[in-house]
Amino acid sequence: MFAASIDQPMARWSPGGARTRMSELLSRIARERSDDAFRRLFEEFAPRIRGYMMRQGADGATAEELAQETLLTVWNKAGLYSAGKGTSTTWIFRIARNLRIDRLRKEVAWQELSEEHAETVASEEPAPDEALSRRQREVRVRAALDGLPPDQREVVVLAFIDGLSQNEIAKRLSLPLGTVKSRVRLAYQKVRDALRDLS
Amino acid sequence: MSTTITRHPEADTLMSYAAGSLPEPLAAAMAAHAAMCRHCCSELRDMELIGATLLAEAAAHDTQDGKVAAIPTPPPPPPVAPARSEPLPAAAETAAGLPEPLARRCCLTLDSIPWKRLLPGVWHHHLPLSPGVRGDLRLVRIAPGRKLPTHGHGASELTLVLDGAFADEVGVYGRGDIQDIDYRTEHQPVADRKLGCICLIACDRSLRFKGWLGLLLRLFGPRRRSDGRGRAQAATS
Repeated sequence: MFAASIDQPMARWSPGGARTRMSELLSRIARERSDDAFRRLFEEFAPRIRGYMMRQGADGATAEELAQETLLTVWNKAGLYSAGKGTSTTWIFRIARNLRIDRLRKEVAWQELSEEHAETVASEEPAPDEALSRRQREVRVRAALDGLPPDQREVVVLAFIDGLSQNEIAKRLSLPLGTVKSRVRLAYQKVRDALRDLS
Repeated sequence: MSTTITRHPEADTLMSYAAGSLPEPLAAAMAAHAAMCRHCCSELRDMELIGATLLAEAAAHDTQDGKVAAIPTPPPPPPVAPARSEPLPAAAETAAGLPEPLARRCCLTLDSIPWKRLLPGVWHHHLPLSPGVRGDLRLVRIAPGRKLPTHGHGASELTLVLDGAFADEVGVYGRGDIQDIDYRTEHQPVADRKLGCICLIACDRSLRFKGWLGLLLRLFGPRRRSDGRGRAQAATS
């Protein structure tokens, strides 16, 4: 299927299919060190990571550099990615997020990149259907985010994509800090509710 | 041990941490708590799904000149990482008792912290923050029964217990528990009468130091009477 689609123009992001395809690409990178899979992952994600970095204030050249570095990290550390433990997009998000903290905010990124950590905390082996459950969770989260009232979605996007702290969000929106906090909590409650029966 | 953790951060703190937008001192305390708390690890994984979803939907930016960016040639495969020679300690902690992220970044163990005495019964050790970062990150050791003076001062504050315990109006906080103080809350915790307490205190404003010192000075300064009452309460709690 990869050979068949290789010459097609880059498709618009299509949720279900594209996600599955991303996991497969990542697995091929991890298992076969496939240049082709890397190129396709790059085409899909580099423009989005570039946009993400620019929202945090990077200029075009820096954003391009960081997009390349994110995806080269994906390539170099693909072995750490395990399809059963997280979704491929979460893995890419983590790498981009930590690079953004390190290079653009010039702070220490305390967040864990891999889930080695969580594994040592967890006492039992992941269930065999974990990958399926992860994917289901992703679908539910997407639906919950789509269903958020605009004021709640706005603070979530400002935190995750614009990288603004709660204080910065309060300033940007001219809201009291308490209002920002309660909107974030309400938004998370909805995501939580959407996942309730999957845990 | 993770089952004994009963106090977790607020959802908005976890969310900012997952988003990568929690100020550095607070992020350090969150990382240390997450290393000890299975519940929060799993919450964080779900929250990262929010980031992954939004990133996947984020508007694509073409390069400045509108051309398709050159795709870098991936380097030759790195050598296969050797299997971890020794198994990780059970709860992602060092044997020395500091949560792994703290021990790794600060090169410390609970026994090797170079404490500086602040006042009788209170010691502290500053942990460095990146240049230009506002806030305060420090380890604090409180003698058994001593009051742990804490104040809101309009800042966000996280207190993670690393050893011993403290109690306040809300309840008892033991090892691994984190207190996510509302920026408007004022309260007066007391270190455990037998064990004392070692905690990591993170704050996103440096202003807090004034409040801290101010409170300590009040405790040991002219207002003896209120200090005496506090100690009496501590002793009976």
